[in-house]
This record gives sequence, C-alpha cells and structure tokens, in this order.
Amino acid sequence: MKKWLQICGQFAVIAALFAAVAAFADWPRYRQTPQGTGIIMLSFVHSADRRAECRRLTPEEIAKLPPNMRRVQDCPRARRPIYVELNVGDQIAYRATLSPTGIAGDGPSRVYQRFVLPVGEYDVAVRMRDTPRSDGFDYERMDRVALGPDQMLVIDFRPEAGGFVIK
Amino acid sequence: MIGAARSVLRRGFEWIERPFDALFGPALNPVAQLGALGFFFFWIVAVSGVYLFIFFDTGIERAYASVEHLTSYHWFHAGAMRSLHRYASDLMVVMVVVHLLREFAYGHYRGVRWFSWLTGLPIIWLLYASGITGYWLVWDKLAQYVAITSSELLDWLPIFGEPIARNFISTGTLTSRFFTLMVFMHVAVPLFLLFIMWVHILRISRPKVNPPRMLAAMSLVALLGVSLWKPALSQGHVDLAKAPAEVGLDWFFLPLYPLTDIWGKGAVWAFLGAFSLMIGLMPWLPPLRRAKPAEVDLAHCNGCARCAEDCPYEAIRMVPRSDGMPFPVQAQVNSSLCVACGICVGACPSSTPFRRSEELRTGIDLPDYSLRELRERVVACAATLTGSSRVLVLACERGAGAARATGTVVMPCVAMAPPSLIDFILSRNLADGVMVSGCPENACYNRLGVAWSEQRFAGVRDPHLRARVARSRLATIWASKFETKRLEREITSFRAGLAQLPPLKRNPLTASMISIAATADRRTPEEVGG
Repeated sequence: MKKWLQICGQFAVIAALFAAVAAFADWPRYRQTPQGTGIIMLSFVHSADRRAECRRLTPEEIAKLPPNMRRVQDCPRARRPIYVELNVGDQIAYRATLSPTGIAGDGPSRVYQRFVLPVGEYDVAVRMRDTPRSDGFDYERMDRVALGPDQMLVIDFRPEAGGFVIK
Repeated sequence: MIGAARSVLRRGFEWIERPFDALFGPALNPVAQLGALGFFFFWIVAVSGVYLFIFFDTGIERAYASVEHLTSYHWFHAGAMRSLHRYASDLMVVMVVVHLLREFAYGHYRGVRWFSWLTGLPIIWLLYASGITGYWLVWDKLAQYVAITSSELLDWLPIFGEPIARNFISTGTLTSRFFTLMVFMHVAVPLFLLFIMWVHILRISRPKVNPPRMLAAMSLVALLGVSLWKPALSQGHVDLAKAPAEVGLDWFFLPLYPLTDIWGKGAVWAFLGAFSLMIGLMPWLPPLRRAKPAEVDLAHCNGCARCAEDCPYEAIRMVPRSDGMPFPVQAQVNSSLCVACGICVGACPSSTPFRRSEELRTGIDLPDYSLRELRERVVACAATLTGSSRVLVLACERGAGAARATGTVVMPCVAMAPPSLIDFILSRNLADGVMVSGCPENACYNRLGVAWSEQRFAGVRDPHLRARVARSRLATIWASKFETKRLEREITSFRAGLAQLPPLKRNPLTASMISIAATADRRTPEEVGG
C-alpha cells in the first residue's frame, strides 16, 4: 500500500511538472506591437546602374592582359548607391543612402524598415534616386492610405509595375 | 566569480534534489536522470514526428489545413501525437538546460570532461533550430511570427543579398517549394542533432541514455495525460496582409524572439555569440591543474581488466602483453583521459594493504597518492584515535568528510580504497568501525565511485569485501560538502551502535606496519588529532 502511495506521489509530481511545461508552451501571450496600431513596411531590393560606363581598352592595355583573359572592354562591377526617402504625413519617417551589397559592391541595394503607427489615415510619399543626379527623384509615389489594426502595409518597388507599389 | 556562481547553483540543486531523493529514491530521481530523459524525449519527438508526417501536407495552402484536420478530426491519435511531439520537444529543452546548469554546478565540465561539455553546445543550437523549423511548418500566426522574426535575425547577418523576410510580408512571394525545404530542414537538423548527441557521450563510460523503466513509463503516461488535457492547437491561418501582432509564444523555444524587439537583432546575436563563447571557454577558465595520471606496474598486473571495467572515463584499455608474462593482456592508461580519481587502484586485485613487503606495490597506482601512502595515512590516522568506539572515516575529497579535522583519511574518490583496506583496518584493530563518506549518490563527482563502492561492499562487484568483515562495523554516508552536520550525526549514531558490539579481536600490526605508523610526519593537517 505504501509503495503504491509512493508511486502515486511520484506520478503526481511528474504530471505537475509536465503540466507546467505545457502551460508555458503558449502562455503568457506576447504582443509585438501595441493595440490600435498597424505597420507600414518599407521593403524593396533595387539595383542602381553601374558606377561607370564600360570603357574600350586600348591595344596596349589589351596586350598587357594574359592571353586567356583578353577582352576589348573594361566594365566596372560596382553599382551606385540609391537614395530613399519616406514621408508619413508631414514627417520624414526614413531617409537613407543605401550602398550596394556584395564584397565588390555589385549587388542590389536593399531596405527593410518597419514603422509602427497608430491606426488611421496617412499621406504617404516615397521617393528614390538611383542615378547620378543630385536633386530631384527618379521614382516617386504619393498616396493616402488607411492603416487598420494590425495591418501590414507594404511599400515595395517593382520596376515592371512602373515604380513603387503600396499594398 | 565562476566559483561563487557554481557554489550558489550547487546549493540550489541540493536543496531541490534532497526532497526528490526522498520521494523517488536515488535510482528514480528525475533530477539525476536529466541526460537520459533528454534522450527519452528525443525518441518520443522522433516517433511522433514520423507519425505526424503521414498526415502532413507540404503545400503552402494545404499545410495548415492538414494540421487542422489531424488536430480536429483525428484528435484521439494524430492530435494526441501532435501534442506529444510539441510537449516532448519543450521537455527536451528543459532537460538540456537543467542538465547544463547541473553539470556546471557540480563542476562536471572541466579537465577531461571538456569534450562532453563542448559537444553539448552544438546540441543546444541544433535543438533550437529543430524546434524553430517545426513551428514554421504549422503555418499559423505563430509560424508567421517565427518566420518573420527568424528571417529578420538572419537578414541582420551580411550573408544574404536579398532579405529573406520579404518572403513573409506580402502574399504571392512564397511557394510550396519553400515548405518542402522546411520539411527537409525539420528532418535533417534533428538527424544531425542525434549524431551530435552520440558524439556527446562518446567519451563517457556507461552513459545513461535510457531512464529507468519505471521513470520512463510514468513520464510517458504523464505526457499523454497532459497532451489530452491541453492539446497543442494552431493559432489561426497565416494572413500575410496582417502582422502577427499577438501570439501565444512557446517560451521554451522562443524566449529570445521578444528580445529582438527590445534589444535589437544585433544585440541578440551578440548575446548568442557571447553565450557560445563563454560555454566554449569555461572548461579552461581558469586552467585546471591536473594530478599525474595512474601508472601500471606490469610486475603486479595480471591483465584481469577490472581497472578498465571500473574506470568512469574510459582512460584504461587492455592491450596485448608486452613483458613476456603468461597473461594475454595488460592495462594501459591513456594519460589524456585519466583524472587520477584512483578508482582503478581500488579495483585492482593486487591492491591489498595486507602485503608485508617493504614497498607496498599494486598493479595500477597513482604517482601522487599511492596505495602505500594511503595505507600509511590510515595507520597514522588510526594511531590518533582514542576512546572505546573508534571510528575511522575514509572520505572523498568532494564529500561531507573532506573538511573533517580528525580521524579522517581523505582521498580523490572513496572507490580508491580497496575493500581489503576496510578488512585491514578492522582485522588489525586500527579502529572499531569504518565510515565511508562519499559524494551524494546521484552527484558522485567521478560518476561511478559511489556505485562501485556499494557494489564491492555488497559483494556483487570485484573486488568483494570479504565475508569475514562484520558489516555492523562498516557504515556509508553519501553526502555533499554542505552536509557536514548530517555526517557528524551519522558518526555519532554509528559510534553508539559500535559501543553495543563486543570488542574486536586484536591482531597486532607487523613490524613493518609499526614503523609506518611511526611516520606521523607524513600526515596531512586534516588527519592530525583524535
């Protein structure tokens, strides 16, 4: 009898420990963003033009190259940085010059930024410059958006769609 | 600082383990079976995972539906398996974390144990990778949160050209091929985890990879009960147009995910890197001064292999005889694995203090603490005992008797003392009783010292304690260095019992022994006194 009581006690302790583990398997709940807010996500990948145009090599330069690596043009791989600006309402939410990725600087520039905002309507303006120009923008989009609770509004850049896309 | 943290943790573990010992007994105590339970839960996860895979559909739209179907319509088998799969994974995390803390608390990570400690680190990484890829597959809101946060963490590293997280923030970017990849990851990573678990125990002699059957049965039934009481459920289908703002988080697998919001991703990576580096360096912080490894004396070794059998570190192997003696094998010590615990000395049949030769030799011995020195210390210590119920304590240097000032001979592990030493002490009337004081049963520093001592005294393991030794004159206590009061109580009680026994028949020491007894100058401070 005592042995059975002991076994029952052992089982009760194990079951209680396991129940505690099961309880913490999904409790307490975690809230990532405050209630009554939504997210505007600025996220895109874009490759600007190369920093320099291809240049025709002179016959002397070609002659200096190893025979198996001779080419007529020298095309620098590095790309230009892009400049991005995001205005929400009359505030500048984001402004950055984004360098190209990759060790040789020949990859696309990328941006991935989230902005947690209270639910409501906003005037959103997103602009990008990917050419050597120093003023003005190559791409621009302005829109009035309604941000709902927990909504994820993504601002993407799709050249095939003509520029910025808000969805 | 590391020592202080270890001491606090050790006290904590002892405080927890004693009631568990009382309820479960040392053999069933789950706190002492953490590694074995970790393996046990891994197998539950593996079997339940294979079962769930029968019902799982890897399509992007069908994954969630298939999981919901098995949870709702097949709750009594597949749903229960899903809960088993999930809770056993969580329990494996608990076992791994507590196992790590306990091994740290008891100092089981330094010296030759560095290998097991270090290979435990990839186990932690792989275990978390297995769990995280699993949560991804359900494709509910929690999966969306895990997918976005995990990929944002990976995107922080300058590895990927295009942010992976972009796949999870808008519809139409994800394909079913991605789920096939995740299923592959969720199978491949646990397989690799199992391989590392095997590597983890490679250098451990007699590793405990299966818990006692009774404990395993109770755990399985309790896990099944909890699975039926609180089935694992999905948290609603993914909606990529909405942020997974509130989720029921698994705090065992995902405790760092909220920190990415609070600390930032760079800080979380820095924390993980610092944690891994600290774990990796700990066995050498500070460097451990090691005693000289055991040495084999072939003139006294008959190749019986008892030392190799008893070594907890697999530091001894039997190799073909090299000295022409008529025995097939001889013992050979791997000095890089030997910790000089002396258990091999206690196992050697040549280790008998009754030998009358001037130079007491045995088949395998410790250069820093030989059997001869042990006998000398015992004889010298016995000379200081007074009264009618003289108790000589043979103490492990890590147990309750280590700091005892009088009547105590300390050694690296109590299993270093051959059973014939107890026979010698009593038959030569050096004491009226012998108290063997080692580490707690479930926390033996050398893992097997307590078990081997008990089995030798019980006559079920060679070398046996001879039948002529009155068991009423031998007592054992397995207590930690924090339990000195308990040790003194046990000694007092043992003395009272000895007082009831008839006096010992006196067998005088031989001349050589008397000369040894006179060498009191070799005694350590702990042994001086009455």
